[in-house]
Amino acid sequence: MSIVETQPPLDPAERTEIRNLLRHSPTARAAAIDALKLVQQRRRYIADDILTEIAHLLGLPVAELDGIATFYNLIYRKPVGQTVILLCDSITCWITGRDHLAQHIERRIGIKPGETSTDGRFTLLPIVCLGHCDHAPAMMANDVLHGDVDPATLDAMFDTTPLP
Amino acid sequence: MKTPPDRPLTRNIHRGAPHFDIAAYERADGYRAVRDTLGKTEPAAIVHMVAESGLAGCGGGGFPTGRKWQLMPGAAQRPGPRYFVVNADEMEPGTFKDRLLLEGDPHQMIEGIILSAYALEANLSYIFVRGEYVTAIERLNTAIAEATAAGLLGQNILGSGYNLSIHVHAGAGRYICGEETALLNALEGHRAIPRAKPPFPQISGLWGCPTIVNNVETICNIPHIVRYGAAWYRSLGINGGLGTKIYGVSGRVNHPGAFELPMGTTLRDMIEHHAGGMKPGYELRAVLPGGASTGFLPADQLDVSMTAQTMAAHGTRLGTGTAIVLDDHTCPIGFIANLQQFFARESCGWCAPCRDGLPWVERILKSIEAGTGVADDLDTLEDMTGNLGPGRTFCALAPGAMASLQTGLRYFSAEFTRHIETRTCAWT
Repeated sequence: MSIVETQPPLDPAERTEIRNLLRHSPTARAAAIDALKLVQQRRRYIADDILTEIAHLLGLPVAELDGIATFYNLIYRKPVGQTVILLCDSITCWITGRDHLAQHIERRIGIKPGETSTDGRFTLLPIVCLGHCDHAPAMMANDVLHGDVDPATLDAMFDTTPLP
Repeated sequence: MKTPPDRPLTRNIHRGAPHFDIAAYERADGYRAVRDTLGKTEPAAIVHMVAESGLAGCGGGGFPTGRKWQLMPGAAQRPGPRYFVVNADEMEPGTFKDRLLLEGDPHQMIEGIILSAYALEANLSYIFVRGEYVTAIERLNTAIAEATAAGLLGQNILGSGYNLSIHVHAGAGRYICGEETALLNALEGHRAIPRAKPPFPQISGLWGCPTIVNNVETICNIPHIVRYGAAWYRSLGINGGLGTKIYGVSGRVNHPGAFELPMGTTLRDMIEHHAGGMKPGYELRAVLPGGASTGFLPADQLDVSMTAQTMAAHGTRLGTGTAIVLDDHTCPIGFIANLQQFFARESCGWCAPCRDGLPWVERILKSIEAGTGVADDLDTLEDMTGNLGPGRTFCALAPGAMASLQTGLRYFSAEFTRHIETRTCAWT
């Protein structure tokens, strides 16, 4: 099982959605982040060819759009697994044991921050404070927030997430 | 008039209960301030009332909100688009108060925006929410739809002749987006790099137009100030503070959480009473009073009140007002190294001292922590607190990073020296 590293070109529906964003945006540039997010939502990450296509649709230089895409944490320019784990590494989560959780993740599925499991199920990324410090340590798994995370929380996720 | 609440910001937020939809919000006196004000009170009168209240920015900077508003040229003086932007990019480590307000009472946020934008004669407002706050984004969008259907947003609101649209922009993630000019760059679709000031956003903000950027908590105060007046707001504080504040405590305490309390509550009251004290077996060593960008207060200074003035007098800042507790089972050098790792990673890279200095600081601290530090490292770190301090960079990220380092070098000098001399960390 491997992650798809090349992607088909933007389909007509994606192009229409980007044009809709453009119509409602005060400038083409202001639609850039939403356009990247929109495509990423469907494709999980922004491949080089796709970035070029989006830049052309927006009328922005490719290098500028790449500058934007690579600046922000939540735009992925590399393939990611089915579930992206954002494990908070800010101060309260560090105090309350997030390093042990990172070690547990490595023991269980063999990935360090920035890596994707070989079965394509999980990518682990560090994230700044998730604003859930009263339930530290905290993490997000795709769009779901988890608080008071312990190894059992992680095991439950690892044991129940099917192969992509 | 309804009896004024003593905890206005969280009056509708009840643990375990669902958040209020528009009907419940209106039953609880919500949108009353909007109905009483739009088309009936001059915008300038609201600006004046906010200035009189003494309300100060709750996002970490603490700038007086009324003064910020007064710096925006009037619509007659400066025709053309004007923008009101809400900074909901809560990412300051240890801070979890805006999430509570956004998820817990989204209509209070919307009402605050309507009144603020009306006062500032802005017809378009953006809420910049960090992308990870998916629940907040969903609830804000629902609240905007409900308010629009009720005629509280859109064209000619309640027949007042005033128009306002609110757009939610979900960010794509970066701490620096919380810096107000970087946030404007992000909204315009640029890399989120802070702008040189002046000109300040009040004069030249979003797309070069007059713009006010305010934090979530700050704006949630506006409906109550408008409804009950500046004198009432001021009377809510204690020990020299004005109004209420959503304070918070995290770390190894029994009941970490966010609590709306009178501004001026002491750190000791917050930690020992509201947060239930330290967990059994742990002792408090020091506190960062308001997020990662504030300096340490040692354990013997807990009786100070949490106001901007007293925190400054004690060599630190109120910041976001959400305290992080350093306990005796946690290495203070490891603690500071974690903070610096955060700042080094989140530097936008625009200014050399920040881009190159912070990773250097992080490396030195990690080597001290790993037992490979040398005596000269302490001098280097001390130098850094000046080289990365105020005035060397476009924004306050690097100076904020230096707050914990500078105070940490002072309060934990014995631990720094012991790490270097024994070539090990006693906590690992």
